[in-house]
Amino acid sequence: MENKTAFNFKEIQSRPERLAPGHRMCAGCGGTIAVRNVLKALHPGDKAVIGNATGCLEVSSFTYPYTSYEDSYIHSAFENAGATLSGVETAYIALKKKGKIKDNYKFITFGGDGGTYDIGLQSLSGAMERGHDMVYVCYDNGAYMNTGIQRSSATPMFADTTTTPAGSVSNGKPQSRKDLVAIMAAHHIPYTAQTTFIGNMKDLYVKAEKAIYTQGPAFLNIMAPCPRGWRFDAADTVDICKLAVETCYWPMYEVVDGKWILNYEPKKKLPVEDFLIKQGRFKHLFKTGNEYLIEQFQAEVDRRWEELKNKCNA
Amino acid sequence: MAIKERMSGNEAVAFAIKQVNPDVMPAFPITPSTELPQFVSNYVANGKIDTEFIPVESEHSSMSAAMGASAAGARALTATSSCGLALMWEMLYVAASSRLPIALALVNRGLTGPLNINCEHSDSMGARDSGWLQVYAENNQEAYDNFIMAYRVAEHKDVRLPIMTCMDGFITSHAVENITLIEDDLVKKFVGEYEPEHYLLNEEEPMAVGPYAVSNYCMEAKRAQAQGMMNAKQVFLDVAKEFEQISGRKYGLFEEYKLDDAEYAVVGIGSAMGTAKDAIDALRAKGIKAGLLKVRVFRPFPGEEMAAALAGCKAIAIMDRCESYSGNGGPLGAELTSALYRAKSKAEIINVVYGLSGRDVKVEDFENLYGELADIAVNGVKDTQYRYLGLRE
Repeated sequence: MENKTAFNFKEIQSRPERLAPGHRMCAGCGGTIAVRNVLKALHPGDKAVIGNATGCLEVSSFTYPYTSYEDSYIHSAFENAGATLSGVETAYIALKKKGKIKDNYKFITFGGDGGTYDIGLQSLSGAMERGHDMVYVCYDNGAYMNTGIQRSSATPMFADTTTTPAGSVSNGKPQSRKDLVAIMAAHHIPYTAQTTFIGNMKDLYVKAEKAIYTQGPAFLNIMAPCPRGWRFDAADTVDICKLAVETCYWPMYEVVDGKWILNYEPKKKLPVEDFLIKQGRFKHLFKTGNEYLIEQFQAEVDRRWEELKNKCNA
Repeated sequence: MAIKERMSGNEAVAFAIKQVNPDVMPAFPITPSTELPQFVSNYVANGKIDTEFIPVESEHSSMSAAMGASAAGARALTATSSCGLALMWEMLYVAASSRLPIALALVNRGLTGPLNINCEHSDSMGARDSGWLQVYAENNQEAYDNFIMAYRVAEHKDVRLPIMTCMDGFITSHAVENITLIEDDLVKKFVGEYEPEHYLLNEEEPMAVGPYAVSNYCMEAKRAQAQGMMNAKQVFLDVAKEFEQISGRKYGLFEEYKLDDAEYAVVGIGSAMGTAKDAIDALRAKGIKAGLLKVRVFRPFPGEEMAAALAGCKAIAIMDRCESYSGNGGPLGAELTSALYRAKSKAEIINVVYGLSGRDVKVEDFENLYGELADIAVNGVKDTQYRYLGLRE
């Protein structure tokens, strides 16, 4: 089921940038695309406080004395983006109650998969469970990229990372990915969604807007390819996203008030190797004799896809 | 008119919190500070306080949320003890370096190993270099007074640092004693409204907090932070002077008890110093010139002032309710000895570790200690300079 929310591409893209150019993120960085487009979903006139876990985004977008954010922004540490922004949001309630603030503020925090799936999971869970009116956005690039491509619990199976290197007796990461979106949905928050960069970014925009303007906590998981860590040409970011979706490796869906909704179903599901072959981190899977690894990867994608479809058809 | 009451230390600090009426309190329970979030939650549940209470899932998150709230422009506080403070460790430094005037009501308890819930200063002493102001109480009255003064120091434009108000676990936090409270309106007027210059929710001007800073900038930021700490000494004194006008109670950076003409001095922190005072009274009755320097403000460390106050003493016992595992004494011992050296003190000095994990310290212990000091004054330090009191052999 596609999202039907009004989407005027021209109007939205003509909105002033809230992430100013001049930051130091890499060319082709998915994290930057995620932030720019999520912030586009803020209605003009609304103010926001942006939070951020330590990571590539933070060190590259707020390097003293320059900030790339047009809005107020806070970073405090790696594992506490949820808790930190929950404090900001609570201060807003307290100060609004006292009549010290008149404007409307929205609260959006960004973390990579390291700060979200792993070290920051407790802080995120706490903030979501307590019901703060905020959005947590995970830009999921599937490894600890800021420290140099170490595996995370979001790293796909068999990926070659610096802590799960493919070697003579290793096929890369042995485990498959943690299903964080399901964990967030299990918090029974009003809005959880997964998306990435497809076409004119409509899906991302619609989900970001819903997340921001739904009362209460919302979680957005955005696949944000990292050319450096995934080993692909920086010009191919959007193609990689398309392949991730068309192979059903990265399904686009949302959980609205407990209802699971599949937003896109490929007419013809592509084999997962079409997605894998584009990335150097899976190069070892294409060596003669390793075909069974791709089969295992495919089986895991199929299993999860069927499981998701069942949830969405229930 | 001041209000006469009977309260435990935790009740007294909770009452101070109610009177100060801060904006946001994230907290997570841990013995012996658990009552503080409980009291505040009760105030909230009964509409007696405007504070927004955040029942966070850990102390790391309570400090993180307090930081977020404070940066947003709210007056924020939390409370904790022991392992809870240890879990906040990382964020203590971030809060201080972000120059956020958060208050933390600390109920001192030892850090684990073995697990123990009783009084010791190893928690706050471990955090002594985190950039927080630290002020210690001997009893419930001081715990109450210190909290009422806390934001005035922390928020002062020359300081802008978070503040830890410390009291002894159980001994002070749970023992009920007489106390004199100040009227609500006087407290409200004394503490005033929090009007930060820069904050996240400033509608006129956005702000960014928590940058990545390269070596070209970091060192200057740290030096500026250290200046705030140095400036705090005078601010503590100024605020205490104003506080005296509404309370009649006088506070300095430390308290001198019969120290003017003392030949033998004990220097220490917290509730055991009340016990030392009893010993001093008994010894003075026998003509022995015993005195006490009780540390109130530990950060900033008033080394020069303490050395000057101890100038006339022949022998000094510096007491640490904390083992620092340096193999060379406790934190107060190390810092004060250094200050005495710089002041060219000729006094004999011993560093006494006592009261760990709630080990009781009695009037007789102090009497014996003063006897030892009298001997040391004549014969010098014969035993080790760093020693334990009340250790079972």
